[in-house]
Amino acid sequence: MSAATHDDYYVPHGSHWPIVGSIGLTTLLGGFATMLNGSTMGGKLMIAGVLIVLFMMFGWFGTVIRESEGGYYNEQVDRSFRWGMSWFIFSEVMFFAAFFGALFYAREFSIPWIGGGGNNMMTNLELWNSWEAAWPTNGPANVGGEYEVMGAWGLPALNTLILLSSGVTVTWAHWALKKGNRSQLVLGLLATVVLGFTFVGLQAMEYSHAYHEMNLTLGSGIYGSTFFMLTGFHGFHVTMGAIMLTVIMFRSMKGHFTAEHHFGFEAVAWYWHFVDVVWLGLFIFVYWL
Amino acid sequence: MSEATTHDAHDHHDHGPAKGLMRWVTTTNHKDIGTLYLLFSLLMFFVGGAMAMVIRAELFAPGMQIVDPYFFNQMTTNHALIMIFGAVMPAFVGLANWLLPMMIGAPDMALPRMNNWSFWILPFAFSMLIGTLFMDGGAPAAGWTIYPPLVLQTGDAFPFMIFAIHMMGISSVMGAINVIATILNMRAPGMTLMKMPLFVWTWLITAYLLIAVMPVLAGAVTMLLTDKYFHTSFFTAAGGGDPVMYQHIFWFFGHPEVYILILPAFGIVSQIIPTFARKQLFGYSSMVYATASIAFLSFIVWAHHMFTVGMPVAGELFFMYATMLIAVPTGVKVFNWVSTMWKGSMTFETPMLFALGFVVLFTIGGFSGLMLAIAPSDFQYHDTYFVVAHFHYVLVTGAIYAIMAGTYYWLPKWTGHMYNETLGKWHFWLSTITVNILFFPQHFLGLAGMPRRIPDYSVQFAEFNMISSIGGFAFGLSQLMFAYIVISTIRGGKKASDQVWDGAKGLEWTLPSPPPYHSFTEAPEVK
Amino acid sequence: MSHKKSVWLQRALLGGAMLLGAGSAAAEYGLNMTPGVTNVSGEVYHLHMLIFYICCAIAVVVFGAMFYSIWKHRKSVGAEAANFHESTTVEIIWTVIPFAILISMAIPATKALINLEDASDPDMTVKITGYQWKWHYAYPEEQIAFFSSLDAKSNEARQLGSSVDPASVEDYLLNVDNRLVLPVGKKVRFLITSNDVIHSWWVRDLGWKKDAIPGFINEAWTRVEEPGVYRGQCAELCGKDHGFMPIVVEFKAQADYDAWVAAQKAQAGNSKSPVATVVAAVN
Ligand code: HEA
Ligand code: HEA
Ligand code: CUA
Ligand SMILES: [Cu+2]
Repeated sequence: MSAATHDDYYVPHGSHWPIVGSIGLTTLLGGFATMLNGSTMGGKLMIAGVLIVLFMMFGWFGTVIRESEGGYYNEQVDRSFRWGMSWFIFSEVMFFAAFFGALFYAREFSIPWIGGGGNNMMTNLELWNSWEAAWPTNGPANVGGEYEVMGAWGLPALNTLILLSSGVTVTWAHWALKKGNRSQLVLGLLATVVLGFTFVGLQAMEYSHAYHEMNLTLGSGIYGSTFFMLTGFHGFHVTMGAIMLTVIMFRSMKGHFTAEHHFGFEAVAWYWHFVDVVWLGLFIFVYWL
Repeated sequence: MSEATTHDAHDHHDHGPAKGLMRWVTTTNHKDIGTLYLLFSLLMFFVGGAMAMVIRAELFAPGMQIVDPYFFNQMTTNHALIMIFGAVMPAFVGLANWLLPMMIGAPDMALPRMNNWSFWILPFAFSMLIGTLFMDGGAPAAGWTIYPPLVLQTGDAFPFMIFAIHMMGISSVMGAINVIATILNMRAPGMTLMKMPLFVWTWLITAYLLIAVMPVLAGAVTMLLTDKYFHTSFFTAAGGGDPVMYQHIFWFFGHPEVYILILPAFGIVSQIIPTFARKQLFGYSSMVYATASIAFLSFIVWAHHMFTVGMPVAGELFFMYATMLIAVPTGVKVFNWVSTMWKGSMTFETPMLFALGFVVLFTIGGFSGLMLAIAPSDFQYHDTYFVVAHFHYVLVTGAIYAIMAGTYYWLPKWTGHMYNETLGKWHFWLSTITVNILFFPQHFLGLAGMPRRIPDYSVQFAEFNMISSIGGFAFGLSQLMFAYIVISTIRGGKKASDQVWDGAKGLEWTLPSPPPYHSFTEAPEVK
Repeated sequence: MSHKKSVWLQRALLGGAMLLGAGSAAAEYGLNMTPGVTNVSGEVYHLHMLIFYICCAIAVVVFGAMFYSIWKHRKSVGAEAANFHESTTVEIIWTVIPFAILISMAIPATKALINLEDASDPDMTVKITGYQWKWHYAYPEEQIAFFSSLDAKSNEARQLGSSVDPASVEDYLLNVDNRLVLPVGKKVRFLITSNDVIHSWWVRDLGWKKDAIPGFINEAWTRVEEPGVYRGQCAELCGKDHGFMPIVVEFKAQADYDAWVAAQKAQAGNSKSPVATVVAAVN
C-alpha cells in the first residue's frame, strides 16, 4: 500500500472481513435456531459462529487500528467514524425503546384493561374473574407462580452508584488524554473497567438471587419478562462496553491515541455514557416506580 | 462545510478492480456494491414474483386447485417479505450506492468496508428465510406481519425466520448509517444541503427512518422469540401482556417502513421529471419540507392498521386524523411534479413514461390509502382485497415503477450503453396495461367482501379474480422484458454520451459514461 | 357460459364507469360496498361514497392538469420550457385547500365512528368466541351455546383435488351448519373474544368487523329491523383454514326468534346433546 497524503479520503481496497463476518453471523444464528429446535448440533454451531465472529472482529478492528496508527485517516475520515458511531448508538436507543415501549404499554394499557379499565370491563368480568390490576404483576393467571419483587434500594441502587462513578472516571480519563497525561488516562480507564465489571458481577448476583430465592424468573409474567429482558440486554451491553474499554486501555498502554486524535477512545466513551443513561431509565422505570 | 475529498489511498493510476469472483466478494467500491445490490434485488423480485404467481394461479378460479391452504399462506408471507426486504429495499440501497457519491461529488461512500458487509449479509439472510420452505412444518405462514399468537404456531422455521429478520435489520441499519455519514460528511465543497439533488434528500430522510425503526422491529421479533422459547409473557394476557401489544410495536416499525419504501421513489421521480420536462423542479424547498413532514407524521399514524382491534375511541380518532394529514405533504409533492411539467418542453423516453405512470398510479394508491384512513369505513375495508389493491398501487406502481424509471434513467450512465428505447416503451405500456388489469379489480373484490389471505373464495368473486390473475400472469411475463433489456444493455449496445439526456442536470452527468471506478478523485466545482 | 361472459363485460364496463365517478348504480353488481342493513352500515356506506367522490374530483383536477400539460407542453409540438420554479402563493394555496377538504371529511367520519363504537344499553348480549377454525356463539341470558362451522358440502368441495364443482354448491364457503340467530329490532351487543389466535368477526351487511383477541373482550353492536340472512367470514389470518370459517347470521321476527330459543333449550335439556356439554364447558 502506498502512503496517503494527509488530505486524502482513505478508501480501502477489498476486504475479506465482511464476508467472514457474514459467515460467522449466519453460523451463530443458524446454530442458535438449530438449538432452539432441539438439536444438539446447534450448540456446537453456535460456538463455531462466535469464534468466527471474534476472529472477524480481531481482524477487522486490527486493520482499522493499523491504518489509524499508520496515519491513513484524515479529519474527514474521522468525522465519518463519528457520524457512524452516533447513528449506531441511536439505533441502539431505538432497540431499547421497543422494550421500554412494551413496559409502558403493559403498565398503562394491558394490565389495567385486564383489570377492567378503559373499554374492557367485560374482559375483566368474563375472562379474568374480577382480577385486580396492579404493578408489578405476573398476570391474572399467576404465571410462573408466587414471586418476590426486586426492590430498588439494595443492589440496584449500589449499581447505579457504580455506573455513575464509572461515567465520571471515563471522563477523567478523557480529560487526561487531552492533557497528554498517559498514566492518568490508563488509571482512569482501569477504574472504569473495574467498575464496569463489578457492575456486571453484582448484576449476576442479583439474577442468581432472583432465580433461586425470589422465584423471580423470565417466566414470571409480564413483570419477569420486562425485568429480565430490559436489564438483561442492558447487562449484555455493559459487558460489551467493558470489554471495549479494556481494549482501549491496552491500546492506551501501548501508546495509541494522541491528544488530538483519539476517536477510538471517544467512541467507546460515548457508548459507555449511552449504557449509563439506559441504566438510569431502567433504575427509574423498572426498579423504582 | 467539508473540504476537498479527493483520492483514494492508493496509487492514482491503478484503479482497476481485482479480478474474478473475489472482486465481488471483497469489494469496497460503491459502484460494485451498488451493482451487487441491484442484481440481488432483481433476483429477489423474480423469486417474490414467482410466489405471487402461485398465489394468482390458486386464486384463478374458486375451489382449491394447485396448493394446499397452508402452503398458500406460506407463499403470501414469503412473497411479501421477499418483495419488501429483498426487492424494494435493496434496490433503493443499490441506487443510493451508485448515485450518492456521484451526486454529491465524493470519491466513494463514507464507510466502504461496512458498505460491503451491509450487502453481504443479505444473501445469507435470504437463504435462511427461503430455506425455511424446506423445513419440517414448512415456512412461516402467518403473513408478513407475523402476529402472535398465530406465528407462535410456526414449526422449525420459526427461529430461522426471526434471525433472518434480525440479519436484514442489521444490514439495513448499517446501510443507512453509511448513507447518512456519506451525505453529511462527503459532499464536495459548495454542495450545501439545500443544493443537494432530491434523491439525496429523500435518502437522507429515509436513512433516518431506517435507523429509527429497524431496531424496533428487531425488538418486536425478539419478544416473539422469547415468548415462544423462554417463557416470557409479552403477548399473552394470562401473564399480563397483550397480543395487540405486538401489533403496536410492529406497526410503529411498519408504518414508517412503508415510507421507507416510497420516499426514495419520490426522490427518483423528482430527478427524472425535470430532466424530461427540461425545466427546473418546481418548489424544491417545499419538496424537502414535505418529505420531512411525511417522515415526521409517519411515526404517529401506526395504529391505522389496527382500527378493528378494539382501541378506545379517542385513540382511533387520533390515529385517523394524523393519518389523513399525510395527504397534505404528499399532495404538495404531486402538485409540484405537475407544476414542473407545466409549460415545460416534454419528451417521453422510457424513464419519463415510468415516472408519469408513477405519478398517476401512485396517486390512485394514495387516494385509496386516504379512504382506508377513515376509521369507520376501514371497519369495512380492513383485511379485504381493497387493502391489497391499495398497497400494490403504492408498492408496485409506486416503488417498483420508480425503481424501473431510475434504472432506465441511469443505466446508460452506469454501463456506457444506451438501452433499446423501443423495447423500453413496450415494457412500459405492457406493464401499465396489465398491472391495472391485475390490481384494479381487487378494489371491487374488497368492496364486494372478499377477505385477503384466503386461498379460496365463494363463487361470486370468480370473475374479478380471474381477470386479476390474467393481468398478473401478463404483468409477470412483461417483467421478463425488463430483465432482458437490463442484461443486454450491460453486455453491449449503442455508446451513450456523458450527458445522456439533454435535459439532465447534476454532477453525475459530468462524469464519463461509464464513470471511472472512483467517482470524483478530484472534488468537483459546485456552482 | 355466454351469459356469464356478458355479466363480466357488464361488470368491467361498470368498473370503468365507477372510475369516472358514476358509481352509485354499481352497487347491485358486487363492485361496490353496499349500504347494508343497519343504520351504521348505511352511514359507513355514505361516508365511503363521499370520500370516493371527493377523491375522484381531485383526480379529475390533478390528472386533468397533468394530461393537459402533457398534451400542450410537448417538445414535439414545439413547446419551449418556461423557467419559473417557485411560488410561495400557490404552495400555500395547495396546502390549505387539501387541509380544508380533509376537515370536511373528518367531521362526518368522527360522527360515524362515535356511533359505531357505542355499544351501551343493549337489549341483549351474545358472546362470540373464535376457534381455529369455527365460531362459538353463546347467549348468556338464555343458556344457549353452540359451535358454528363450515357446512359439509362446501367443506367437501373445497378439498384439494375434490371433484365437486364449487359453482354447484349453494353459498359455497359462505354457509354454516348452525346459524347465529337473532331477533329483529333489538340492540344486540356482541362480546367478541378468541380461544386461540386472533380472528375477526365480519358480516359486511352489518357494517363493521371486530377482532377476536384471546384474553380480551371487544364489544360491538347491531340493530337490524328486517328479517333476513346475512353472510360473512373470518377477516383475520388465523392459520391454515382461515378461509373456511364463515359466518351466517339470521335475523328473525321476535316470535320466530322466541320459538327458536325454545327449541334450542329443549334440545339442550337432553343431557346427551353436544350443545348442553358446550354450555357447561363455556360457563
Ligand atoms: C409504499 C407504501 C405505502 C404508501 C406510500 C402508503 C400510503 C398511505 N397509506 Fe398505506 N399501506 C401500505 C403501504 C403504503 N401505504 C401497506 C403495505 C399496507 C398494508 C399492510 C398490511 O396490512 O399488510 C397499507 C395499509 C394501509 C392502511 C391500513 C388498512 C387496513 O389494513 O385496514 C391504511 C389506513 O389508514 C393506509 C393508509 C395510507 C395513507 C393515508 C397513505 C398516504 O401516504 C397516501 C397519501 C397520498 C395521497 C392522498 C395522494 C396524493 C395527494 C393529493 C393529490 C392531494 C390531495 C388529496 C386529498 C386532500 C385527498 N395504508
Ligand atoms: C414491494 C412489494 C410487493 C410487490 C412488488 C408485489 C407484487 C405482486 N403481488 Fe404482492 N404483496 C405484498 C407486496 C408486494 N407485492 C405484500 C406486502 C402483501 C401482503 C402479504 C400478507 O398478507 O402478509 C402482498 C400480497 C399479495 C397478494 C394477496 C395474497 C393474500 O392476501 O392471500 C396478492 C394476490 O394477488 C399479490 C399479488 C402480487 C402480484 C401478482 C405481484 C406482481 O407485481 C409480481 C410481478 C413479478 C413477477 C411475476 C416476477 C417476474 C416474472 C417471472 C418470475 C416470470 C415468470 C412469469 C410467469 C410464470 C407468468 N400480493
Ligand atoms: Cu379465523 Cu381467520
Ligand atoms: Cu400505514
